[in-house]
Amino acid sequence: MTLTNTASQPRKKPHAQWLRAGMNILRFLLHSPPSAFGLTVLAALALTALFAPLIASHDPYLQDLGNALAAPSRAHYFGTDELGRDIFSRLVFGARITLTIVFLVTIVVGPVGLFVGSVAGFYGGRVDTILMRVTDIFLSFPSLILSLAFVAALGPSLNNAIIAISLTAWPPIARLARAETLTLRAADYIAAARLQGASPSRIIWHSIVPMCLPSVLIRLTLNMATVILTAAGLGFLGLGAQPPLPEWGAMIATGRRHMIDSWWLVTFPGLAILSVSLAFNLLGDGLRDALDPKQMNKR
Amino acid sequence: MRRAIVGQVAGVLVTLFGLLVLTFVIGRIMPVDPVRAMVGEDATREVYDTVYRQLGLDRPVWTQFFYYLWDVLHFDFGTSIRTGQPVLEDIKRVLPATIELATFAIILGASLGIGLGVAAAVNKDSWIDHLIRVVSLLGHSMPIFWTGMIGLLLFYAGLGWVGGSGRMSQFYIGLVPERTGFLLIDSAISGNWEVFRSALNHVILPASLLGYSSAAYITRMTRSFMLDQLGQEYVTTARVKGLSNHQTIWRHAFANIRVQLVTIVALAYGSLLEGAVLIETVFAWPGFGQYLTSNLLIGDMNAVMTCVLVVGVIFIGLNLISDLLYRVFDPRTR
Amino acid sequence: MAQTNPILTVKNLSVRYGANAEPAVRNLSLSLGRERLGIVGESGSGKSTVGRAILRLLPRAQVTAEQMQFEEIDLSTASERQMLAVRGRRMTMILQDPKFSLNPIQRVGAQVAEAYRTHFRCSKAVARAKSVAMLEAVQIRDPERVYDLYPHEVSGGMGQRIMIAMMLLTDPDLVIADEPTSALDVTVRLNVLNILDGLVRDKGIGLITISHDLNLVRNFCDRVLIMYAGQVVEELAAKDLDRATHPYTRGLLAAQPRIGGTRQPLPVLERQSEWKTAGGAVS
Repeated sequence: MTLTNTASQPRKKPHAQWLRAGMNILRFLLHSPPSAFGLTVLAALALTALFAPLIASHDPYLQDLGNALAAPSRAHYFGTDELGRDIFSRLVFGARITLTIVFLVTIVVGPVGLFVGSVAGFYGGRVDTILMRVTDIFLSFPSLILSLAFVAALGPSLNNAIIAISLTAWPPIARLARAETLTLRAADYIAAARLQGASPSRIIWHSIVPMCLPSVLIRLTLNMATVILTAAGLGFLGLGAQPPLPEWGAMIATGRRHMIDSWWLVTFPGLAILSVSLAFNLLGDGLRDALDPKQMNKR
Repeated sequence: MRRAIVGQVAGVLVTLFGLLVLTFVIGRIMPVDPVRAMVGEDATREVYDTVYRQLGLDRPVWTQFFYYLWDVLHFDFGTSIRTGQPVLEDIKRVLPATIELATFAIILGASLGIGLGVAAAVNKDSWIDHLIRVVSLLGHSMPIFWTGMIGLLLFYAGLGWVGGSGRMSQFYIGLVPERTGFLLIDSAISGNWEVFRSALNHVILPASLLGYSSAAYITRMTRSFMLDQLGQEYVTTARVKGLSNHQTIWRHAFANIRVQLVTIVALAYGSLLEGAVLIETVFAWPGFGQYLTSNLLIGDMNAVMTCVLVVGVIFIGLNLISDLLYRVFDPRTR
Repeated sequence: MAQTNPILTVKNLSVRYGANAEPAVRNLSLSLGRERLGIVGESGSGKSTVGRAILRLLPRAQVTAEQMQFEEIDLSTASERQMLAVRGRRMTMILQDPKFSLNPIQRVGAQVAEAYRTHFRCSKAVARAKSVAMLEAVQIRDPERVYDLYPHEVSGGMGQRIMIAMMLLTDPDLVIADEPTSALDVTVRLNVLNILDGLVRDKGIGLITISHDLNLVRNFCDRVLIMYAGQVVEELAAKDLDRATHPYTRGLLAAQPRIGGTRQPLPVLERQSEWKTAGGAVS
């Protein structure tokens, strides 16, 4: 896009602008090795999930009791578990579960957090007090404990684990969105929109939410690392995905019994969890450097 | 000053009330039938109905909540179905083991985290900073239950450096009279150093791993607090006065983040409880986390809700204490 | 005006921050006796960098100089250990804004005393007595009470006098005052400057005042360096300022409002790119 173009039709082609911004961010991320690593791992995760049947060497559910607890070899890259299932293939299919959790939690937590935060920040007063008090109550638990309680109430299953995690993951996002909204509320262009007679909902959705998005996005990315760990923890405690689903945390839990003789049962699923959670942390850090000018100016 | 504290305490009370509402609601939607859990599968209809009424389940919801509130205010949290004991007694029994583990862990984690954080800030953008960033991010990204197992594999099964599961070796159980419930302290009081050594051997690995995971968070926060301070003009003043790098960093910059660090460490201590739930399962540590999870799996509602409540209260308490410390120690808020 | 044995001699000092192409200071030379030198320039002209480079407080910047001599010490080769004995003892700096330059969680008296105790072995009581006396010398009433206050409890003017006390307590030979009054209320500026000026004259201290304020420098300095874009464009005795020849200096002078002057809009300074390449024209 040329300069005259942007000047003459600033609103006409927002897609092109978003695309260009996205490309710039991507270029920035790829320039720093840590965030490039994070991006690569997450891309690999997505591709693995997408093409799981092609990548997996075996059927992840196929039992072969004669070949149980086999050490890693050419036939089974990461060995087999106590039922003779191929661990590599189970990890590959487990990527789908991990990705599902991340996706569902994001589309629930992002909008809910943004909505609660921007409404509380924009209206202030009693609305703010009540919403933030509710947020505080949720924040007064460590997220795993609260998820545990919810899963216990709803019954252990993958879906309930996702619901429980979402219920515990929105408050930090709401806090952040509120803080951003408070700084924006006094801005001149918000006052201008108000003077023009824009309705509160229009101001919130058209002027405030887009400005909150970058920091919310960073926070979501960083929180995804915690979400992955919480989901794995729930799986490990038997409260998340149920057997025979190849969820990584649950795989570690079942592998625990044979851990001393068959180290590969717990090692590889753990490494998978570690690398995905690390990737989200690295990417979140990188995004913060790319999107947050305050951070960039810091000495 | 006094007004602010009163306001803060009032806020805490409201949060506590919300906490009770939350635990009550979670308890209500629990699909496990509490009556069935108590009377067993093959109880007669009459017995079932009697217990149903005893539990007050025939009353309207808000009346039930009122009774719940009344009981909680009298420290009556009901009886655990699994152990048959009052829940409060159970928790009193298991909590010291967890506190011992968590305290040990926070001491390790805070000293490591603060040291690394200051080092990273002082050497910003050098290889030291990058290395510390990687170390702390790793700690932040590790599933603690997995790290625990790998730790057991390496240091217990492989190298034999540390003790395995539990708080001490099987032979020593019951040897030391229980006074405080903290095994390290109890064994030291009674002068039984063999038990003490065994307990230390068993606590060191889970505590180090928990400590490492909280050190990750403490390092990151310390680094950013320190960077804020090192950019301030008073640090230049101190350098102009002829103070060495070391004196400038510790006597001036670090002194300014101490209060913030207290808050961070308090928060980290609270989240250690979370890690404790998982690590206690791995290490068969007879503490609060194990009590919670084993009750979760059988749907022991009284016990679970009380555990959640206890964690919430500890968390709120830590927050309150660190806020109050802030007011006491920062001259600007006095 | 420069005397036979100068306190500070700097030849062709250049400072570059990181890999930035434009150096913040280029080929700056100056020599200072027991006199008052002013360095004047707009913000961004590199004048503050000069002071910090002389005190060697820029560990991340590349500092090069043909010569940087402070009395018997060669500043460009001195070890950090030697510098610790120089900084705060023989060479000090007064920073701009006491709101930021005093440690917010230490009592101001303790901060003043620290300057003394860093360089002289003495008991706490002696350091306190010295500090209180110095606070009195900068015309703080009730210094015993002020000693125990925190920085947020003192006014800006008092804070800056405390800063001056802290920096003059060790009887230094050279004091660099970096915008010493620009953060203060106009009403207390003169007062603070008079105190500083009186002490500097009494003790025979060499003073470098860094400022953007031409009028201030003209009244409190013997000699003035005019900096533009990291270079010295002109050097003059303060009393000869009206006879400045360099167009930049003349522009600065013309842009000063004057009581009793015309009511025309003040002329806007026009910058020319050749000033940047004129080199250190000062000999």
